[in-house]
This record gives sequence, structure tokens and C-alpha cells, in this order.
Amino acid sequence: MLELRDISLTVDRTDYLSDISARFEPGNFNVLLGPTLAGKTSLLRIMAGLDAPTTGHVLFGGKDLTGVAVKKRSVAFVYQQFINYPTFSVFDNIASPLKVAKVSKADIKTRVGKIAELLAISPMLDRKPLELSGGQQQRVALARALVREADLVLLDEPLANLDYKLREELREELPRLFRETGSTVVYATTEPEEALLLGGHITLMHEGRVMQTGPTLEVYRNPVSLQSARTFSDPPLNIMLARRSGSDMHIAGLSQSYSDTLNLPDGNYDIGFRAHHLHVAKPSKGALSVKAVVTMTEITGSESFIHVEALGQRWTALTHGVHHHKAGAAIELFLDPRDFLLFPAAGTAPLTNQAKVA
Amino acid sequence: MLKRIRIIPTLYIIFLMLPIYWLLTMALKTNAEILGGFSLWPQNPTLANFKTILTDPSWYNGYINSTIYVALNTVISISVALPAAYAFSRYRFMGDKHLFFWLLSNRMAPPAVFVLPFFQLYSSIGLFDTHIAVALAHCLFNVPLAVWILEGFMSGVPKEIDETAQIDGYSFGAFFARIFTPLIASGIGVAAFFCFMFSWVELLIARTLTSVDAKPIAAVMTRTVSASGLDWGVLAAAGVLTIVPGAIVIWFVRNHIAKGFALGRV
Repeated sequence: MLELRDISLTVDRTDYLSDISARFEPGNFNVLLGPTLAGKTSLLRIMAGLDAPTTGHVLFGGKDLTGVAVKKRSVAFVYQQFINYPTFSVFDNIASPLKVAKVSKADIKTRVGKIAELLAISPMLDRKPLELSGGQQQRVALARALVREADLVLLDEPLANLDYKLREELREELPRLFRETGSTVVYATTEPEEALLLGGHITLMHEGRVMQTGPTLEVYRNPVSLQSARTFSDPPLNIMLARRSGSDMHIAGLSQSYSDTLNLPDGNYDIGFRAHHLHVAKPSKGALSVKAVVTMTEITGSESFIHVEALGQRWTALTHGVHHHKAGAAIELFLDPRDFLLFPAAGTAPLTNQAKVA
Repeated sequence: MLKRIRIIPTLYIIFLMLPIYWLLTMALKTNAEILGGFSLWPQNPTLANFKTILTDPSWYNGYINSTIYVALNTVISISVALPAAYAFSRYRFMGDKHLFFWLLSNRMAPPAVFVLPFFQLYSSIGLFDTHIAVALAHCLFNVPLAVWILEGFMSGVPKEIDETAQIDGYSFGAFFARIFTPLIASGIGVAAFFCFMFSWVELLIARTLTSVDAKPIAAVMTRTVSASGLDWGVLAAAGVLTIVPGAIVIWFVRNHIAKGFALGRV
């Protein structure tokens, strides 16, 4: 098990990571999700030992590894760029960590053969990495990470530079490949969709801090803060402001209010809801109706993204099928309060003022 | 139209090749023919001039001396420049950019400036007229150039390769020798070529720091005026033989030479 204790990283007076404490279990697929510049790569590099944290400790299996040289650790790292040794053949690339560890020749041959078979690169073992396609090159890098059976395997957006089809293929294979090794696997990604597909356990990061950790689906369903919900939403989370008194919620700019049975204190709230919860047709009896103005429609075929302005906010609605609306058209959208994610508004101005603006 | 356009480069190439052609024909002529009048090609081609050079120690020792100090200089320059270039390419340290630029500005000084201090210094410590003296003096110009060229090539190798090697468990030495050096092999070739070329053609320092034992071929060539006058044919043959090593070396690095002129930054 990998444990981070109070990790922070400051370079040239810029804070890249602050107060990070987290645990990553072996046999679990640990996803590190956050937008670019959230500090995922910095954190992975500290886990690997490539960089030292400014403060804090990295523990593995209870042993403090902070300051231990990378080459003395049992770790594998796969980069977003396809990093292989260009002058080595594919076989020698995969075999390199074993050769350094002085594994016997016969042993190397069987282990490399097995991994190459698993990743479907057996026919290319004699070629040079640069003669392969991008997807195959990344498979070679993954094979090198796998063959070593390292205690800790770190994957830094390994699929980001691959085309769509290959990503789908490898995304399915990856959790299966690593599950059997018993390694502690940490996979960094910027894409909420990818995180959900990979499943396992998630750590949400934003601006150098850990926002939330837990089983991926659970975190997706119950984000603990507005920032968590934002980090874990694609298309971006839609937001509106509301004021609560008793069991009634008054949404800023909306005459209609609704009530729920949640036991929450009075005050200002941010209400977040995901794009697929903004409906073009009334989904249920208790749904709220909102007038919106279309700014743009993106149609992918099976889905349409309708970008609108409503209640003074920019929202996105994700709908099935083709729904074309001209820019500037006024439409009616529906919201089911059961889909709402409520977060107490911190330091917002009194709601009455905002209601006037809206 | 196309034909007419072809004429211009053809003329240009003839213009460039003319001195070399003339040198070659002179080398194959007898002195009598050279002084006798105008002839486009040797009437009685002879290899006697080349034979003189290859059999007379005072001539061929010049080539041996030049080769020794050029080789010494190239080896020293590259082995000093490799770690320096790696540091400039991979690490940030105080004053790194200034130091890096200062290195190159060193090269802008004319060699003549350094003739006097080198002569006095090497004379006083007993290095005068040795191969190592010339080799070390040329390092002043070649090490900065080699550092710049190698740094350019090294920076073209992603830093992640170094890290992957560390992660795989390679020691730094093993990584540098087995993984990194092959990746910048063409850069090493180009840097070595530039060191070779400078050292091979540099005359002033080489001549000043030597007298007999380490006298370079270029210096030998300037001292051929004898009682019987100038030996034109032998001098031309020596010139031809001086061009040959450069031509051979350039052949090996021909595909990377442009990158070398851009100091590895393409």
C-alpha cells in the first residue's frame, strides 16, 4: 500500500501541491482525476521518487521511502508521450528492467514473451520502437511497466496521445492487465468519462489539493463539494444559486420554488446538476420549468449538446438523438430536484441581490 | 528554359572546383611543365611529387604530427564536452545560461590573441614543441563549440528517457554509455568533425607552439622555399593530401552536418 503523508511541493515560490494525504491500495485500480495543472504529474513524480516533496513523506508498505533513489525502488512509470529506448529493439526495451535486475536469460525470454503475447506485440519484438504505430509504442512502454512486476505502477495519462479506437481498446484491457499483478496501480487522467470507465478507487485533485477520495461511482454520485462535482463532470457542471428556508428552496431568478425532506440548515446554497439532468421534455411531475436562450447546439449524432443561458448562468444540456435549435431561440428546459447536488454557498453575496441581477 | 537554368549552377560548380582541379593537375605535373606555360591537364602525368612526400620524413612527419595532435584534441574536447553538455542540457544551476553563452563568446576571440600567452606558458613548463601542447591550445576553441553542439543534440532527447532508465534501475554510467550515447551518436560525430576541422586547418597556434618534433603539415608547407626556388609540384601534392582527410571525415557526417552548423538546434 502506498501512503502519502502531508505532501507539499513548492518550486520557485509557487505551490504545486499542498497538504496531500492519501492512500492507494494494491489490487485496486486507483484513478487520479483532475484538470490539467491540478498537480497530478507532480504527485506521480513524487510517488515514483523522481522528485522530492518539499515537505511530507511517501510510505510504501509502512516503510518511509522519501529520499530513496528511484533505481532502488520497485516502481514502473508510463508517460503520456511514448517513451521507449529508440536504439533498443522492442524485445530489449521490454527486457531492460529485467536485465538490470540480473534475471537469467531464459527467464527473461519467457517473461517478455508472455507479456508481449498479452499486449499483442509479439510479432514486433525484433523491430525498433519508432517503426511501430503510436498505439504499439505505448503498448511497449506498458509491457516494460508490466514485465517488472513492480510494487508500484504509475500511469500518467497513458492513453491521452492515442486515437479514439485504440484508447477504447486499451482502456478495457488496462484494469484487467494490472489487476492480476497485485501491484499498487495509480492512473492519472483529466477525463471524468475515462475515470468512470476504469472504475476502481478515485482521488479527485484540484489546484494541488486532494478534493475527495473513495470508490469511483460513489464519489461521482456524492461529491462532497462544489469543486469535487465540477472536477468530476464533463460536460461542465451546471450551477444555479438558491436560498433555503425550512424545507423550501427558492432558486434565484425562478418564481417557482420546491421543497424537499432533507434536513439542511437555512442559508444560501449552490445547486449543481449535470448536463444530462437538464431535460428538453418534462421528465416527471415535480420537475421545475426554466426559460432558456440557446447559444449553440453541437450534434454528435447519437447525442446533442445544447448550450444555453438561463437564470444568468451558462448551462449545457445533454440530450439523446438530434435536437437542433437555432442560436438565440428561446426554449423551455426542465429540471428534476431529485438530481440536484446541494452545496452550502461559501462567502457568496446575499441571495436577494443576485436574484435582482438575474 | 529548364536547360538555361541548369547552366547557372553548373558554372558555379565549375568556378568552385577550379582551384581544386588546378591543385590536382599541378600535383601531377613536373616543375618544368608548371613553370613552362599554360596547360589545362598534365602532358606527362607523374606521381613523383607524391612519392617525394611519402618517402621524405621531413614531409610525412608533418602529416603524422598533425594527425596526432588533431586526434588528441578531438578526443579531449569530446570527452570534456560530453559531461558539460549533459549538465547544461539537463540541470538548472546558478548562472547556467550566462556560463553557457560565455563559453561560446570564448570562441569569438581570434586565435592570434592567445598565441603569446600560450607560447610563454608552454615554454616555461616545458611543453613547447609537443603534440599535447597544440592539442590543449586548440581545446580553448573546440571545447565550447563541442559543448554547444552536443547540448543541442542532447536537448533533443526527451528527459523522460533518462528517468525511465533510472526507474528501470540503470546506474548513471550504464545509462550514459548504453542508452544515451547511442542516441546522440550523430551529435558526437558532428562535434568531432568540427573539432577535427578546426584543429586540422588552424595554422597560427600550431606553428608557434612547435619547432621540429611536433611540426604540423601546414607549417611544413610554408617552409618549402629552398635555394633552388619553390618546389611547386611537391607543394601541390602536399595540398592534395591535406584536403583528403577532411573529405573523408565529411563523408561520414554528411547527413548531420547541417544540424551541426546550427549547433544542434534544428
